[in-house]
Amino acid sequence: MKKLLSVLPLLAVVIGIHFLASATDTMYYLTQMTMSAYYALLIIGLCVLMGYAGQISLGHAGFFAIGGYLSAALTTHSLVSYQDNAVVSFLDSAGMLLAGHDLYGEAILVVSPWAACIVAVCTAAIIAVVIGIPVLKLKGHYLAMATLGFGIIIYRVALALEYFGEADGISEVPAFVLLPGLSVSGNFSDRVQNYYIAWGLLLIGMVLLLNLIDSRVGRALRGIHGSDEAADAMGVNTSGFKLQTFVLSAVFAAIAGVFLTHYNGGIGPSEAGVMKSVRYVAIVAVGGMAHLWGALLMGIVLNFLSLRGVFGSYDDAVFGLILILIMLFAPNGILSLNIRHRLKQLLGRGKTDKEGEV
Amino acid sequence: MTTELFIQYLMAGITYGSIYAIVAIGFNIIYNTTGIINFAQGEFVMFGGMIAISLLQYMPMPLAIILAVLITMLIGALIEVCFIRWLKSPSVLRLIIITIGISIISREVAVHIWGESIRSLPYFVGNEISSVAVFGARVSSQVFWVIAASALMVVCLGIFFKTTSVGREMRACASNRKAATLCGINTQNMVTLSFVLSAGIGALAGCVMSPITHSQYDMGTGLAIKGFTVAILGGLGSSGGAVAAGLLLGILEAFSVSVVPLAFQDAISIAILLIILFVRPQGLFGSKEAAGLSEF
Repeated sequence: MKKLLSVLPLLAVVIGIHFLASATDTMYYLTQMTMSAYYALLIIGLCVLMGYAGQISLGHAGFFAIGGYLSAALTTHSLVSYQDNAVVSFLDSAGMLLAGHDLYGEAILVVSPWAACIVAVCTAAIIAVVIGIPVLKLKGHYLAMATLGFGIIIYRVALALEYFGEADGISEVPAFVLLPGLSVSGNFSDRVQNYYIAWGLLLIGMVLLLNLIDSRVGRALRGIHGSDEAADAMGVNTSGFKLQTFVLSAVFAAIAGVFLTHYNGGIGPSEAGVMKSVRYVAIVAVGGMAHLWGALLMGIVLNFLSLRGVFGSYDDAVFGLILILIMLFAPNGILSLNIRHRLKQLLGRGKTDKEGEV
Repeated sequence: MTTELFIQYLMAGITYGSIYAIVAIGFNIIYNTTGIINFAQGEFVMFGGMIAISLLQYMPMPLAIILAVLITMLIGALIEVCFIRWLKSPSVLRLIIITIGISIISREVAVHIWGESIRSLPYFVGNEISSVAVFGARVSSQVFWVIAASALMVVCLGIFFKTTSVGREMRACASNRKAATLCGINTQNMVTLSFVLSAGIGALAGCVMSPITHSQYDMGTGLAIKGFTVAILGGLGSSGGAVAAGLLLGILEAFSVSVVPLAFQDAISIAILLIILFVRPQGLFGSKEAAGLSEF
């Protein structure tokens, strides 16, 4: 309950931004805020994996892409020509298919977004388990390279398969009707409700994770981060907790992928690219590895600036530079830099207060 | 499969394999002295090729290649001095992220200097269509340059590490850094030297392979992944293992083209990497202790 209260100020900020945007006639900012919120959902999941469990993943764009691509492909590609297939007719009778008409008036039969979403997220979770069991036995460079390799395989598969649209990706993905009158889509008229859907999802995710890291699981994860062997010796099921966290962060990534794909109305292979994974890691690092609020804040700010095109053609370079600078000068994240304290120290009047050096 | 086709695939495999081996040896040199896996290793190869192509306008090719290698060595030294040298006992995670950052910055610098176009050096002898007959198969002459340059580098490095005093100091630093410091070896300079050496051989590989594989600003990541695969496959830190594993991966990859679509070629070598990591992280030829997994 306390956790629920702690996100209330954030809710107030979210509503405040809405009013500010409508008052200053800059409602178009809400579009980027919506997209940033979905990316931030992935980032807070990754933050728990990296900061609390201490396991780096350079493949999270892969999970995002699994969610986005599967949902897009299932809800877009028509199954009309497979109507006699046993699986398709079973799905149809189970009410998981939607009949409709495409732009040219031809009858189409696609998987309903809810069913597609569940399939996509479950697939991501299953892949996370299958990959996670062997990968999480690795440490350091080996873990980084293995997850990077996983990310590249997903990218290659998305690029190579016609089902996923090869280099063009999938476009014209239909809206995701959550409830009657509430749908995830890029329509202008739905902008405000989508803003609240995205932020609502992010807030729910935040409450879940805040509860998680404050529970027995969270303490176990911090123990694993400190020392694998010590945690093991204390009776913590280290490999089990690592795997659970890995799968949880993969599910967060997949959900973000599903929703953002429906919101954008499409997905392309660049979403699965290595650079995206690196960017997520960079944002978690900037926020301070074990700092959910920092990750959330930086996830919103940096993604928003990037989506607004503030960095221009230097977009990737900016994230690379941020990554290096943070790791060189503030490995505990930007919020850990006590600027005033540092300045005092530099000026030679450094009286060590209790916040101290990080 | 006819004999000609077989030899064609084999030669292609050996060519790519020797490039992978060189990249892997670059990983090994830095890993041995520092314990760091330098994720920016592929970027050295890219820089070597790209700088040589740019210099070619002003000077003959041998000079351009030598200068490109020297400039890349300087870049390697700068990277070490600016980003690695002054860190006090950094964690592995921090070093991984820093070298990843370096590789991104290098790539972005390259794309802003040279653009996204694909470039290549001209063939050292002859042109794209001239070829040499090997047991009935037609093989480009550049293939022999790649293989010869790779073999030469391996031999020279072997001699350097075995006989010269600097080479011995580096090996001392690799086997026990503290003891090496106590013996009066400046280990920090050895680390810088390892970056310089590794950048140099990467750049030379980038030059000789450029006519066949072409150079592009983003070629580094793919090469780094394959180089790392080979380094792991051969046992991290072992040069001989890297050569054997490089040739093995190159040949496997070349023959895989006849079975699976080209688009999946990269995925295959990465799948090999994952399987090796899961099943035998100490490599095909390494012993369990040598892998030193507990060090991380």
